[in-house]
Amino acid sequence: MINFLYRNIGRFIVLVLIQVLILDNIQFSGYVNPFMYVLFILLLPFETPNWLIILLGFVLGLTIDLFSNTIGMHAFATVFMAFLRPHVLKIIKPHDGYEPGTFPRIYYFGLTWFLRYSIILVFSHHLFLFYIEIFRFTDFFSTLIRVILSVLFSMVIIVLSQYFIFRK
Amino acid sequence: MRNLLMFIIRYYFVILFIFLESLSLILVVRNNNFQKARFVTYFQSTAGYIYNKIDILTEYLYLQKANQKLAAENTELKNILRRMYRSDEVFFYGEHDTVYRQHYFYTSARIINNSINKQHNFLTLNKGTVIGIKPEMAVISSDGIVGVVKGVSNRFATVISLLNTDLKISGKFKKNNYYGSLFWDGMDYRKVLFREIPYHVDISLGDTVITSGFSTIFPGGILIGTVCDYEVKGGNFYEITVELTTDFKNLDYVSVVSNLQRQEQLELEQSFDND
Repeated sequence: MINFLYRNIGRFIVLVLIQVLILDNIQFSGYVNPFMYVLFILLLPFETPNWLIILLGFVLGLTIDLFSNTIGMHAFATVFMAFLRPHVLKIIKPHDGYEPGTFPRIYYFGLTWFLRYSIILVFSHHLFLFYIEIFRFTDFFSTLIRVILSVLFSMVIIVLSQYFIFRK
Repeated sequence: MRNLLMFIIRYYFVILFIFLESLSLILVVRNNNFQKARFVTYFQSTAGYIYNKIDILTEYLYLQKANQKLAAENTELKNILRRMYRSDEVFFYGEHDTVYRQHYFYTSARIINNSINKQHNFLTLNKGTVIGIKPEMAVISSDGIVGVVKGVSNRFATVISLLNTDLKISGKFKKNNYYGSLFWDGMDYRKVLFREIPYHVDISLGDTVITSGFSTIFPGGILIGTVCDYEVKGGNFYEITVELTTDFKNLDYVSVVSNLQRQEQLELEQSFDND
């Protein structure tokens, strides 16, 4: 159990560092900006209570905000994503439910299930993040294109990390 | 209280979510200049829009009061006009202690009944003897003459409109002072006839006709209208059609003019008639 806690804390730190040190410096033509740190919320175990998920989402978002000097924006988007997570898990639940000892990963539930699970959440996160950043609806469609492209890029990184870094 | 607790326990997830989202939003707006500026601008423009609407509404509500105020102010201004005072300097005995003495007194009134489609049209004013209105006072509007007060009660007065075939008033040309009499022929509410101008007088279309000031009712120099048509009729006199400057169809506020020296003038004139 203690080991379990350390692993999650370690993942939190690693993901924040990857995001802040590497991914925040990647910007393709000013349009695409991948956000991999949401993987932390995605990988939390099924048994995590709802209040803890949403609170962790807030803390995670605020940590990213502190580094990228955008106080509140990532927190806003991540809290929304954490709020959706239990509902999404309920909707895409497999026939025999989530067995104890399993985690929301490709390794346990397969690529299709994981893609459906993560695309909904990552898209909701990016949507809120980009619109709170632009803070108006006049450039609605150009912002939407940015959201979709960034979601695609983030998804590529998240899925690849499932095979190379966070396998189990 | 227990129900409230039950509610909070039941929906703690949604409440926590709303709380954290609001917290994030407050952080965004407080710490990021761009979002802060947009937020403030948005609320200011909304408030401005609402205040503007309220202002338009209240302006409309106070319109009547504003009208009354303007009419009162006009009356006051007319009362101090130099034209309304008569110079007494030329009296041959020099016992005057004031240079000017007021000749006409104005008071404003509102028309509460009006007609233009009969042969004998009358107007009704909302003021009467209480204000000091008496029969035989002149009624004018800012555009020109309207009529003469005929009957008064305590709070109302009836006015013979210029559009009444019984009323004849004395008018003259502004440019050369030839005078004649004006009356309505009962046809067009915008035109009156001007007669008794001799044939040799040079007139042209557009000449201004004003009151002569010969009657004891109207002050001199009040606008009546402009010449719009003329022909020679019955030998030596013109028959001139004058287009009125007063639009009798949209009259609202008018002034009642009282000649302060009317009594004196009439007494003097009648004393000669009696001889």
